[in-house]
Amino acid sequence: MKIEELSALEVSFNRLIENLLIKKAEDEQFTVRLSSEISQFTRFNHAKVRQTGCVADGWIELTLMQNQRNSVRQFPFTGNWEVDWQLAYTALQELRDELILLPVDPYLVLPSGNNISREIHSGNLLEAEAVVPTVLELVAELDFTGIYAGGVVIKAYGDSSGQKHWFATDSFTLDYSLFSPSGQAVKGTFAGSDWDESKYIAKINEAKKQLELLAHPTKELPRGQYKTYFAPAAVADLLLMLSWGAVSEADIQQGNSALAALSRQEKQLSLRFNLKENFQRGLVPRFNELGEMAAPELPVIEKGYLVNTLVNSRTAKEYQKTANGANGSETLRAPEVSPGNLVFEQIIPSLDTGLYVSNLHYLNWSDRHTGRITGMTRYACFWVENGEIIAPIENLRFDESLYRFWGENLIDLTTFQEFIPEVGTYESRQLGGSLVPGMLVEDFTYTL
Amino acid sequence: MWSELRKAIASFDIPADWIGIRAVKETSTNRLVRDALPQLNGKSFTVGAMLEVLVNGCLGYAATNSLELSSLQTAAQTAYKQALAASEWWIHPFRESERPKVVGEYKSPFLEPLDALSPGEINDLLVRICQTLKVDDKIVQTIASASTTERESWFVSSNGSEVYQKVLSIGTHYGATAQDGAVVQQRSNNGSQANCYQGGLELLKQENLWHRVRQIGEQAIELLTAEECPTTRTNLVLAPDQMMLQIHESVGHPLEIDRILGDERNYAGGSFVNKSDFGNLVYGSPLMNITFNPTVPGEFSSYGFDDTGAVATREYLVKEGVLQRGLGSLESQARAGVAGVACARASSWNRPAIDRMGNLNLEPLNGTFEDIIGEIEHGVYMESNRSWSIDDRRYKFQFGCEYAKLIENGKLTKTLRNPNYRATTPEFWHSLIKVGDATNWQMYGTPYCGKGEPNQAIWVGHGSPVCVFANVEVFGGGT
Repeated sequence: MKIEELSALEVSFNRLIENLLIKKAEDEQFTVRLSSEISQFTRFNHAKVRQTGCVADGWIELTLMQNQRNSVRQFPFTGNWEVDWQLAYTALQELRDELILLPVDPYLVLPSGNNISREIHSGNLLEAEAVVPTVLELVAELDFTGIYAGGVVIKAYGDSSGQKHWFATDSFTLDYSLFSPSGQAVKGTFAGSDWDESKYIAKINEAKKQLELLAHPTKELPRGQYKTYFAPAAVADLLLMLSWGAVSEADIQQGNSALAALSRQEKQLSLRFNLKENFQRGLVPRFNELGEMAAPELPVIEKGYLVNTLVNSRTAKEYQKTANGANGSETLRAPEVSPGNLVFEQIIPSLDTGLYVSNLHYLNWSDRHTGRITGMTRYACFWVENGEIIAPIENLRFDESLYRFWGENLIDLTTFQEFIPEVGTYESRQLGGSLVPGMLVEDFTYTL
Repeated sequence: MWSELRKAIASFDIPADWIGIRAVKETSTNRLVRDALPQLNGKSFTVGAMLEVLVNGCLGYAATNSLELSSLQTAAQTAYKQALAASEWWIHPFRESERPKVVGEYKSPFLEPLDALSPGEINDLLVRICQTLKVDDKIVQTIASASTTERESWFVSSNGSEVYQKVLSIGTHYGATAQDGAVVQQRSNNGSQANCYQGGLELLKQENLWHRVRQIGEQAIELLTAEECPTTRTNLVLAPDQMMLQIHESVGHPLEIDRILGDERNYAGGSFVNKSDFGNLVYGSPLMNITFNPTVPGEFSSYGFDDTGAVATREYLVKEGVLQRGLGSLESQARAGVAGVACARASSWNRPAIDRMGNLNLEPLNGTFEDIIGEIEHGVYMESNRSWSIDDRRYKFQFGCEYAKLIENGKLTKTLRNPNYRATTPEFWHSLIKVGDATNWQMYGTPYCGKGEPNQAIWVGHGSPVCVFANVEVFGGGT
């Protein structure tokens, strides 16, 4: 999006807040969230274009609070003031009519801070017409599949206490797979704010080398426990499970957390395992649904102990805890797992005999309260024997507890970390990602 | 809306072979109560249009949340440019026949409009459900939610299509968490968000509601002291609320033709099924009859037309165990050269249509619930999904349930907790040895079927009777 278009949206958003402030009654409070994007989505299959298009979307979420009651309205935000204000004013009146009917919410938190922020990250993205030839010419001879998603994403916030945040960023992700004739695949992501042709060429050339490794006949392994190296992308998948019923303080309080045993100190993880929220990369907004700013860093697990859970203000009020700027669902937004001592060159020798797992797929809790996770290996996973890659494997199902693979069975983490970008596009293009090392684990359990 | 869309189509100055506009207007409400206290009361409204343009066999799209004429014209130009830019690299030369002219209308059946109860009355109902779920002090959390959706869509095209569809739907959920020391168990009404139907507010007041709510609370407590599900191979009896997930993951997704063509390989995955399998592959036992059926009144994913204008009809996907046809839209049928169904659907105006399940049902055969259990010497009966995972080819799966009973000598005996089972898809469906009758056929649905790049979560419905599978690996929780 051009800078003047961005500016027009910001002016329109600010005007909406100002008008709501004028219209609000003395005993009313409100918050306003904006999510907006103009995104190019081009989908590939067999190094051809399957679908290509552009989506211009935006919505406002208005929350009104009065007499310890609250309700929310979501409606489109187009940048056309007349249209947007009519929708906003209608929503305000509907909310007023509804609030008097609702029960009291004793844990309602009103906006109260004075935070203000404004971040604009301009980029150098491919022009829409250039996406297809730029991406495909390099891979025309390969079985290339995936999606390019790029454009501007805006997240903004304003409220009746005067807090205001504006976060706009140009970014792209190219999330792709290269398939071998036998159906094995190499997975890659190329992401950022500036399209760098030389880096893209380097990524594809690296993937081509990995494809060669997949040319060997696949090895079918019996179920059992194997020493396993998990590359950073696989670690990121395991890490994301902590946002689904684990690090949330509300989940711990309400009996929904896989880390309840860690919280009660009945169990602990490896001294080598450290996890923190790290917003210093600036890829995601630090403000939450109440305009509160998270600290630039927040340690979550240190040397295997749970030192902080994610606590939003509502949870804090309900359970008499201290809030730490967590979002409404108390999920990790900028997670980082600390590196360890395993150098890149020693990964395969240290694995010696076992599995090299590049990626995982479709994870779920199989028994949340014991931290047990099931899922599948997928993409470029190899059997290693005596420090040598022997063959790609037929995919295996695993079922293992995080208290084992991040606990007693964690051998080491790599000295390097990789940034695994968030490529999700449900509802809208998601931002950020995980910064994680690879890890070597003893006796990981494969079941099918 | 019609006049605006017709006017827009007529005004586009684009040398295209075909142009379509799909406008969607959707209003949904979400209300959630936890421990008898309000957590969420919200209403969301979205409106926008997806424009598709066919140029030299290439389709380009542009979506906008502004329905003003100038915005639609800009979107049409953008879609045209998208198609042109891809023209040298297009995967298949599509024709207008993949966007046939169609005129028609579909409306959900309903008895009571979605505003028949006020927000306060709905909250009162949810509060009372929470209070009724708390049958014991060991119930540490209760939740109840209700969501409603009114979705209207208008489809017009340059070759004369005019389709209007209006869907009213309701989803309800309630459940309880019980805790005794380190033992925590959750029980809900048929699993997470499984009670999703088309219809009006009459669906909030289902028969036996309060009996069922109390039963859910009592079963959560019962699970605290239940035995772990044994690790063994045995007869597995699945209730319809788990069959929903089983059908969805191990029949629905592998039969999507866009997966078989490779479109989904980078995200959701491919399939163990090949194009040549249609008409030949023995998918399961002769008792297996699966239909794609968008015509069931009240089922969550009923409709008259898909999002490209194909007329929706009931079709057998698997008949007496043999694979007949796939879940492929007109586009996928043209590319793959195999029979499909009217299944091109998009989650909203801001996403392009892709192959989707709609309603996918296992047809009933014979046997009441008592007949089925009575014939089993040893087995495990499982209800209500709580964990799901299957590989990218839809082959190796592991699913878990909330609640189970041991079957001994033709009777349900001990309650079992943390029940799980795993198998491969072909092995599992070949082990189907009994399919219940219409008396135990039930339908459920989910609004969270994820697929596509860009990602789309869509609504699907699944109906099934109780089924028995022989010699399945079952097991319990961790330690």
